[in-house]
Amino acid sequence: MTGFGDRILGLGLLVLAVAYGWAAQQWPEPFGGAEGVGPETFPTILAFVLVIGSLYLMVKPDPDAQWPVRKTALELVTSVVVLIIYALLMEPLGFIISTTLAVGTLSWRMGARPRMAFITGLISAVVVFVLFNYGLDLSLPAGLLEVE
Amino acid sequence: METLGFLMDGFAVALTPYNLMFALFGAFVGTLIGCLPGLGPANGVAILIPLAFTLGLPPETAMILLTAVYAGAMYGGRISSILLNIPGDEPAMMTCLDGYPMAQKGRAADALAISAVASFAGGLIGTIGLIMLAPILAKFALTFGPAEYFALFLLAFATLGGITGKNPMKTVIAATIGIMISTVGIDISTGTQRYTFGVLELYEGIDFILAIVGLFAISELLFFVESRVGGGREKINVGKLTLSFKELVSTIPTQLRGGVLGFIAGVLPGAGASLGSFISYTLEKQVLGKKGKFGEGDIRGVVAPEAGNNGASSGALVPMLTLGVPGSGTTAVLLAMLISLNITPGPLMFTQNADIVWGVIAALLIGNVMLLLLNIPLVGFFVKLLSVPPMYLLPIVTMVAFVGIYSISHSTFDLYFMVAFGIAGYFLRKLEIPLVPIILGLLLGPEMEKNLGHALILSDGSWGILWGSPLAVGLWVVAGLGLVLPYVVGPLLRRRMNAAMKESPVSD
Repeated sequence: MTGFGDRILGLGLLVLAVAYGWAAQQWPEPFGGAEGVGPETFPTILAFVLVIGSLYLMVKPDPDAQWPVRKTALELVTSVVVLIIYALLMEPLGFIISTTLAVGTLSWRMGARPRMAFITGLISAVVVFVLFNYGLDLSLPAGLLEVE
Repeated sequence: METLGFLMDGFAVALTPYNLMFALFGAFVGTLIGCLPGLGPANGVAILIPLAFTLGLPPETAMILLTAVYAGAMYGGRISSILLNIPGDEPAMMTCLDGYPMAQKGRAADALAISAVASFAGGLIGTIGLIMLAPILAKFALTFGPAEYFALFLLAFATLGGITGKNPMKTVIAATIGIMISTVGIDISTGTQRYTFGVLELYEGIDFILAIVGLFAISELLFFVESRVGGGREKINVGKLTLSFKELVSTIPTQLRGGVLGFIAGVLPGAGASLGSFISYTLEKQVLGKKGKFGEGDIRGVVAPEAGNNGASSGALVPMLTLGVPGSGTTAVLLAMLISLNITPGPLMFTQNADIVWGVIAALLIGNVMLLLLNIPLVGFFVKLLSVPPMYLLPIVTMVAFVGIYSISHSTFDLYFMVAFGIAGYFLRKLEIPLVPIILGLLLGPEMEKNLGHALILSDGSWGILWGSPLAVGLWVVAGLGLVLPYVVGPLLRRRMNAAMKESPVSD
């Protein structure tokens, strides 16, 4: 079936719009009684617009894009995981170590030779760290490398 | 003459050594951003915002820095168009048509030099236009009431997809999603918690800077991972400069026409720099007719689109500065900077923050001179950078984005949020939902709701006020046209643009 992506998106947005609009009706009336515009007025309009938009997407979807399969999809998931782990480890491991690992892994997965990739990671990490901590006085976490 | 006085004050702001330094730095970085693969102008400016923030720059310096980057990116886009036949950004597409054939004939250095001059001329004309038009428009905009503003915001969304946009409905959806995200947090007027789900971090709403950086930078990384073009390109030889003074002089009329047309396209809603360079190129082709060798490396075929797109980039600042309504992705990001500096964009800015507005305008003039001076001697350096492989570049750019976001709040929560926005951005781009309306929605959403509220209070709750004045009705009509025209004119224009691309005998 063509336009599968748009139809799924449309369905997702429809659910979102209805949930969003419904949630807006649940808020308690603000203190001081109802006025012309309450907190729910604007969201309600938005929900309506999105309902119409999502229905349109389902009725008249555009042709599908090429979606990545297997290996490419795996690479994409890997990249996202690397980014999440990077955020996770930034404070415990410190900026330099976590950045070396993250930038290194990313450029290795994008096709660089592993040694070059991690050297790039290390150099960029050290440069940015020095620049930020000494040049600009903004502290990035030193983590394991912290010297008291 | 009042304007001239303000402009002088602006120069006084922009010419302080501190601000000059940042303008120079911005111009340099901007050119880099424009010519590096995988770093569009909007993306580049977005990544620099958190940095400008954490540096604690004063507002006028921050704006000068970002405006210089913006102007620089327009210069940089042409380099890869000419040398590689790959436009560095969308408006530079038309430059490929004659720039690349020129490079093939061994006149790459000439093409780069003349396009730098054309960019300068276009930028200069555009900035002069901005100086003349902006104060007038700002004065006019003071007559806008909340109802007119509400209609104006709608117009901005409706025309954002541009006349050449593919599916206006997707623009509407994108804008709605953006505005929806902006409603998260505590409602300003009543204090009601909206969509916070009890999460403390959401009480203040979602920071649009991290949304912008996530949507642009992270999704760009994912796109590169997917397309697997991590390798670099071979080095290119630029050759010697053989451009004669006579040849330079002969292009002056082309530069003027291109710059003026580009400026007009930049100011108009829904047109933008891409259309500006397209119109300039086509007009030039018609004016010169058979006298020119367009598509085979005619020097004027390089001059026209470059003057056009730089004129347009200055023109695009007019609605952004005077109305607070940006017409393009990059100006939307500049608006984000203004809002986060606590400056209310719009006509009042011209009176309340005159130093900033005029400082920025003066910086644009100075920046253009700097860019010309930077671009001619340093072109070899920028050309070398073209061969930096994205597989090293993009991870580093991503890291800089992480650092920027982290240094604003020192919370890793924001980093997860940014990655989430990046993933969402990837899927939305795949589904051809444009990202710029989302960002504009995020930025303008709160203003829109506020103006709706004010309008309805003025009218005692009657919705008729929204189309109660002739001006408001006019804005509604233009907004409507903005949505309908792409269906009618869009396919035609797109076909023409594609045809122009194919007509060029260069096929490889």
